[in-house]
Amino acid sequence: MFKLNNVKYKNILKVNNLELEENKITCIVGKSGGGKTTFLKLLNNMISPSSGIIKFKGKNIVDYDPVGLRREIPMLPQNPVVFSGTIKDNFDLALKYAELKTKSKKAYKEILGKVGLEEQKLDKIAEDLSGGEKQRISLARILLLEPNILLLDEPSSALDEKTEKLIIDTVVNYIKRKNGTLIMVTHSTKIAKEYGDEIVTINHGKIDKSN
Amino acid sequence: MEGTINIELIRLISAYIFVLILLAIVKYKKIGNQGQIILASLRMTIQLVIVGFVLTYIFQNPNPYIILGILVLMEGFAIFNIFGRVQRKISKNLKMVIAFSMITGTVISILYFILIVVNLEPWFKPQYFIPLSGMLIGNSMTGISLGVEGLVNGIKDNKELIENALMLGADPAEASKEISNRAFYNAILPTLNSMLGMGIVFLPGMMTGQMLAGATPITAIKYQIAIMMGILGSVTLTVYLLVTFGAKSFFNERAQIKIENDK
Repeated sequence: MFKLNNVKYKNILKVNNLELEENKITCIVGKSGGGKTTFLKLLNNMISPSSGIIKFKGKNIVDYDPVGLRREIPMLPQNPVVFSGTIKDNFDLALKYAELKTKSKKAYKEILGKVGLEEQKLDKIAEDLSGGEKQRISLARILLLEPNILLLDEPSSALDEKTEKLIIDTVVNYIKRKNGTLIMVTHSTKIAKEYGDEIVTINHGKIDKSN
Repeated sequence: MEGTINIELIRLISAYIFVLILLAIVKYKKIGNQGQIILASLRMTIQLVIVGFVLTYIFQNPNPYIILGILVLMEGFAIFNIFGRVQRKISKNLKMVIAFSMITGTVISILYFILIVVNLEPWFKPQYFIPLSGMLIGNSMTGISLGVEGLVNGIKDNKELIENALMLGADPAEASKEISNRAFYNAILPTLNSMLGMGIVFLPGMMTGQMLAGATPITAIKYQIAIMMGILGSVTLTVYLLVTFGAKSFFNERAQIKIENDK
């Protein structure tokens, strides 16, 4: 699905050759500051490589419309933020950004349930939620878009162990049901081993892949 | 109609007593800088005397090229003034957007105001063209300064929010829409507020000036209403162009956010 050839980003990351396969869960592990987030951002064109080629489905990503590419490969950043307004406003806005139709309240409630926030009301002001709840709203927001490919940057960094497991299970179940592709950065090799079909290690900007 | 009372030179000089009072207070209370007060008074006097002679020459020799030259000077001064006022570093692209918005917005407004509203003939009659253009340009300059400040601070301080929107598939215009809208509203707010207080809280400068020059209050308010509409139009147009094109200057052709470091 993704093929990287001699990709370099400033002095942060260098990838000689790497292929990430479709319909698999790839976990990216490695020390913090090693270039994991940079790697994800390169895949959905949030940043462009200083040199080298990244191919997505056989086509150089520079030949894709950047906004269209991100709609196909949305990314949940490490520190997601909620938009101003209610939880419903957040959901409406995400769908608007992706140029998708607004969904019913029932669909919104369902997605809240999936991220363990079934008790939350849709008209609750999103900025008033706790850090962990905001993170779950951001995840719900991205799942609403029903992407086939998902990039997750340490989805559990602000969460307790129980919520972390709930979030990762939700995402993994969603991706498996869709037969989709998940590329997930995690700080934990334990999580990577448990969920990943493939594990990519990035340390000091260098990459090593194992199955 | 009664003409203006000409202030005799000796009486004009007597007005400087207010500067002396200020200097005495500052010296007695040991507050502030006396040199600064003297400099401000001197500069004001010299600048106005020069402008008085220049305007006398221009009024006596109306010439469209001179008027256009003055317009260019006013625009140039306003644009560099905006660059100087913005606290944070701004990109070359944004500077170009500021210049473009300022020139396009004010020139369209000035042309409409001079040719349609005032119906000035000839269009370059200096005693109308210069002060009216000055007011439109000056107010647009303030509006754009506020707009730039709002836009730059809004985008730099909300980088994560914009990135989140981009990652969900928003295009740059959508991702920065809330910030642009807020910058736009905050930039036109002072003009709206000044309209609210006009005639009750204060009598505006142009209206006062016209009445001092002997115009009837009705003529003076007609001009004041017209110029306020002109100012509102000019500020709206310039700030709208600024936020629309200015927001785009924070993104590259790959729809990636690019922000200049302040340091």
